[in-house]
Amino acid sequence: MRWGEIIRRLVLIPPTLFGVCIIVFVLLRVVPGDPIAMMIPPGASAADIDRLRAFYGLDQSIPQQFITWFGQALSGNFGRSISLHQSVFELVLARLPATLELSAMATLIAVGLGTVVAFTGVYVRGRGAEWAIDGGIGVFLAIPDFLWALILLLLFGVLIPLLPITGRIDPQLDVTFHTNFYLIESLLTGRLDVASALLQHMILPAVALALPFAALVARILKASLSEAEDQDYAQIARARGFSRPAILLREVFPNALIPTVALGGVQITLLLGGTVLVERIFSYEGIGNMAIDAVINRDFPLIQGLILTFAILFIALNLAVDLLVTLLDPRLRHG
Amino acid sequence: MTAVLAVQDLHVAIGPRGKAANVLRGASLEVQAGEVRGLVGESGAGKSMLGRAVLGLLPANAVVQSGTIQFEGRDLLAMPEPERRSLLGRRIALIPQDPMTSLNPVKRVGAQISIMLRHHLALSKREALERATELLTEVAIREPRRVLDLYPHEISGGMRQRVLIAMAFACDPSLVIADEPTTALDVTVQRQVLQLVERLRQRHGAAILFVTHDLGVVAKICRTMTVLHAGRVLEDGETADVLVKPRHPYTRALLAATPRADRPAEALRPVPPALIESLWSEAHRLDRLAVAGPA
Repeated sequence: MRWGEIIRRLVLIPPTLFGVCIIVFVLLRVVPGDPIAMMIPPGASAADIDRLRAFYGLDQSIPQQFITWFGQALSGNFGRSISLHQSVFELVLARLPATLELSAMATLIAVGLGTVVAFTGVYVRGRGAEWAIDGGIGVFLAIPDFLWALILLLLFGVLIPLLPITGRIDPQLDVTFHTNFYLIESLLTGRLDVASALLQHMILPAVALALPFAALVARILKASLSEAEDQDYAQIARARGFSRPAILLREVFPNALIPTVALGGVQITLLLGGTVLVERIFSYEGIGNMAIDAVINRDFPLIQGLILTFAILFIALNLAVDLLVTLLDPRLRHG
Repeated sequence: MTAVLAVQDLHVAIGPRGKAANVLRGASLEVQAGEVRGLVGESGAGKSMLGRAVLGLLPANAVVQSGTIQFEGRDLLAMPEPERRSLLGRRIALIPQDPMTSLNPVKRVGAQISIMLRHHLALSKREALERATELLTEVAIREPRRVLDLYPHEISGGMRQRVLIAMAFACDPSLVIADEPTTALDVTVQRQVLQLVERLRQRHGAAILFVTHDLGVVAKICRTMTVLHAGRVLEDGETADVLVKPRHPYTRALLAATPRADRPAEALRPVPPALIESLWSEAHRLDRLAVAGPA
């Protein structure tokens, strides 16, 4: 990707986000469900309801509401949460690091696991074991992350209670954080006991998110490795006396990495989307879990803020993937 | 003196068991030290398979059924894998057919040459780079230092073939197998490449097995030649003798099918289908005989 292309992509970000804002804003208000109905006590008078509606600006037309909200959003004010009575911006900012740490951990596990499986699968190519590996990958692709979450929770939380199954950290642990990146902060400050507690809470949801993605990485990487190994340059490396593992690692892998990053990288967005249900199942305090509460409470400003956050993450991820592919492929670098 | 390469009665079959096709049916040939031998035949004659068998590059579904491939007196097929690998690339080298696909697209030219030098000759990084520069100079590449830093897609097809030739001769091999190295190049580049191969052969004293379907190329650079058809050797001898006095009707037909400047295009005759037919049925008859044993 050359500079022109990068600039083009950056220029396209604001209109994309604007489109996302409009769609979310309008959809929320068109579908049935009313935030006011969620917050009033039984027996409230019609006048009370009208007053509340006016207080939150919900008595105005949708375009009018949008202009008000969008104007404020441009100055960094994303409104106040109706159900939590706090600034949406601060709420999201406080919860986002938890989701980022969880997703990063899940991605790490998935990439590691997927790579090992892909190499094993290619190494036993043409033998019965390859069928077993392909079949295994298929099974893991077919089972969604939230189902893994339930399975893991029942298995390691209830049946063999090895690991904590709720929250991000033990409440009795005496520690104050200065950032919301708990894991990174505890590692940087050398609080290994805290890091270990965090990891224990993180491992089950991370594995649940990682398993389907690992299968995806394994499938794409294995196919790419197989294809690259059949290319002339890899065959010729054999005729130059290199061993098969050396060829797979040094000649084949750098080539197979390009389609794998291009295809698999954008699928991290699926993993991010998966945090919504998985965080809920493990009561993990990230933005995914928050999104479910926001939807249940019809908390319009919070939902808008959260979806905008996801949209920004997705766009950033796609851009990062394209940049990485350019770095990996010299043919793209020189155009 | 033992031959550099001695292939004896080589049988290779390709395909699933039971339905395997015999691509080599008892092919034999010898290449002496410093000799340039042409290995010719039409497509499907088995000439590339023979070259691949020597290099251990047979497709996964191919089986060597019988025969030996001796390199400097040692059987490559019976040799333990690590020992064979130490010969490949160092004592036995390959000039591949297609320069566009034979270099790794994501690695710099210099890295691709030096990894081989470091692997086989145990050179240091600096020494390998030094030697790579010399090698590129030897194949008449200007500004070798700059080319070492380029990726394959940044240099021309002719230049890539030069790089591949440099890599083939990098470790002073005693046998180079050239697998139709000029087929993918245009005619003017072809001539330069042939001259280059001949020059490097003389300097490094390697023997060459030149696999090609181009009798013109054979006439130009090979002192001896072997004609292969249907997996068997039909003719073997000094190039001059074979081309002037072909004993086998198939060789005569091949010669008649070769375009030449000194006769009109209408004179070109395809190899008669009936001749190919009879050769194949002969091959199959011998196969059946081999299976049944002599009557």
